Amino acid sequence: MGYNCVVLVKQVPDTQRITGQAMNEDGTVNRAALPAIFNPEDLNALELALEIKDTYGGVVTVVTMGLPNATGVLREGLYRGADQAVLVTDRRCAASDTLATSYILSCAVKKLDADIVLCGRQAIDGDTAQVGPQLAEKMDLPQITYVEDLVSLDEKSITVKRNLGNGWQEVKSPMPALLTVLDTANEPRVGRAKQMMKCKGAKCRMEVEAIAKEDDCIDVDATCEALEEKGLLIKQWDLDFLEADLQWCGRDGSPTKVHRIQSVVLAAMDTKDVEATQAGIDGMVHELISDHTIG
Amino acid sequence: MIEVNKQGQVWVFAEQHKGKLEDTSLELLSKGRELADTLKVPLAAVLLGSNVSDLCLQLGHYGADKVILAENSLLEHYQTTSYAKVIDDLIAKHKPQIMLYGATPAGRDLAPRVASAVKAGLTADCTDLQIGNHEVKKTNATYENLLLQIRPAFGGNIIATIINYDRWPQMATVREGVMPMPEPDASRKAEVIKEEVHLSQTDLAIEILAEHMEARKVNLKASRVIVAGGAGVGSVDNFKKIWDLAHCLGGTPGATRAAVDLGFIGHDHQIGQTGTTVRPSLYIACGISGAIQHQAGMSSSQKIIAINNDPKAPIFGVAHYKIVGDLNEVVPMMIKAIKEKV
Repeated sequence: MGYNCVVLVKQVPDTQRITGQAMNEDGTVNRAALPAIFNPEDLNALELALEIKDTYGGVVTVVTMGLPNATGVLREGLYRGADQAVLVTDRRCAASDTLATSYILSCAVKKLDADIVLCGRQAIDGDTAQVGPQLAEKMDLPQITYVEDLVSLDEKSITVKRNLGNGWQEVKSPMPALLTVLDTANEPRVGRAKQMMKCKGAKCRMEVEAIAKEDDCIDVDATCEALEEKGLLIKQWDLDFLEADLQWCGRDGSPTKVHRIQSVVLAAMDTKDVEATQAGIDGMVHELISDHTIG
Repeated sequence: MIEVNKQGQVWVFAEQHKGKLEDTSLELLSKGRELADTLKVPLAAVLLGSNVSDLCLQLGHYGADKVILAENSLLEHYQTTSYAKVIDDLIAKHKPQIMLYGATPAGRDLAPRVASAVKAGLTADCTDLQIGNHEVKKTNATYENLLLQIRPAFGGNIIATIINYDRWPQMATVREGVMPMPEPDASRKAEVIKEEVHLSQTDLAIEILAEHMEARKVNLKASRVIVAGGAGVGSVDNFKKIWDLAHCLGGTPGATRAAVDLGFIGHDHQIGQTGTTVRPSLYIACGISGAIQHQAGMSSSQKIIAINNDPKAPIFGVAHYKIVGDLNEVVPMMIKAIKEKV
């Protein structure tokens, strides 16, 4: 027995802990200066997959879509206990919104023959919580959102407890199924130091190629082969390998577009005196409406 | 995928559980009403459930021109796949130009599933919606009367306005409590359009084994707007004005320890070192002097308005807007300004 768990993870800028270095002089956030981290709730999804593997056996695969530098989260996934890692990377993925992202990820997950697909409820950069349900629809899988606890698992079905904010639900779903996991589900384990040292060397082919460019002595094929033998080759898949239909990828596959971005000024402002008259109050309310403080 | 069409209606998903409509759905009807009037198209509420037709009356009172009603015993409990299937079919049939959902646990579960099936764009957790134009500089094209979907992103550090101009419906989930609750108008009546539902037991992918839901408690932490009162409010009766202002902003009433100790409001509403710490987008402090213990619980609010008749009250030290005056006069003026949307 054992279950094939696929965990979708995302490398995100750490939007929760913004320090002085990441602030522009005008009080706005310099997004490029934020450190990249493993999306917090994806760690809870990975932990749930690892718990399933500990109890029932099976394989845990971590998958991410992103630029080659997103391998950071895959290495972290490996040292925390995942068996293999997949990087979906292709220039044509750029500018994908959640719909295009879920399509591309569905092409990757289909190659992995998963029993259980897991992801965090939402990522801290966009907070949309959309990719999980959209991926489930693309793969025609049942979706169970807001998972807090695994109740039981047998060959055909999975039973979990969902937290709905003002209550809970215990639901049973046939497998394969997709779960989105809450931060309250578990305490993600920390990787062992030995494992961490070993997985530091994990690379995808593009990273090996970059090193080979600097150092003529390195043979790309031989190096990748050696990494694979040690379980340290991060699989690298592009849209051709995924046989993805390009009309649903990247900008073309993304119905949502950005109209405007406004930076929120976090720096404290001077106190404005408002006259306690209807005209004074009207002026203040007008300001609050125009800066979207109130709807 | 449906084509862009300017005649399409504005739809609001009328979320109900056990025959009771969610407040967010009613709030959305007020915003939907505004959008539909701007676009000069009808506003329809989309109601799914089992034996829920008596809710049509209420939806009419809150602003819907039409109620698209899909009733079936298999729709008794909300389930992603069955609800999504019915809505996918309705969208294909009626081709609405806009569809809005409350960003409730169910709304955030359902909307992306529908968006994926109908291959439409979806923006999560909007805090405002407007109608406006969008120019694409590259092709020099202007797209008119689009839904501007406004939302905080990047942990609240930016405000993004999202649009979709080439594939419809334009869909958004809207954060709970950000749109004002409309006043019901009992003379309004919605036209009810009954839809046939094609579902079978196999469309219910998941089995609900057990469930425990509680009535919603005061949720200060999740509130975008908090209107708080202190000892200076003076009486339980005066405190009603705090409730009124909170209500018209879709916010939650809060209080200082002193106001709670005086019995103006329950302990659940207490903010400060011994109560809850909050960081709303807007904090309105009424009759609060601003003891350090209270400031500890609210000073990181994004915008603070303080109303106090003592110009030297310490609360003004953390306020963005300082109003020296009697809150019994100022609060009603604020309610008036907000209702009239000056």
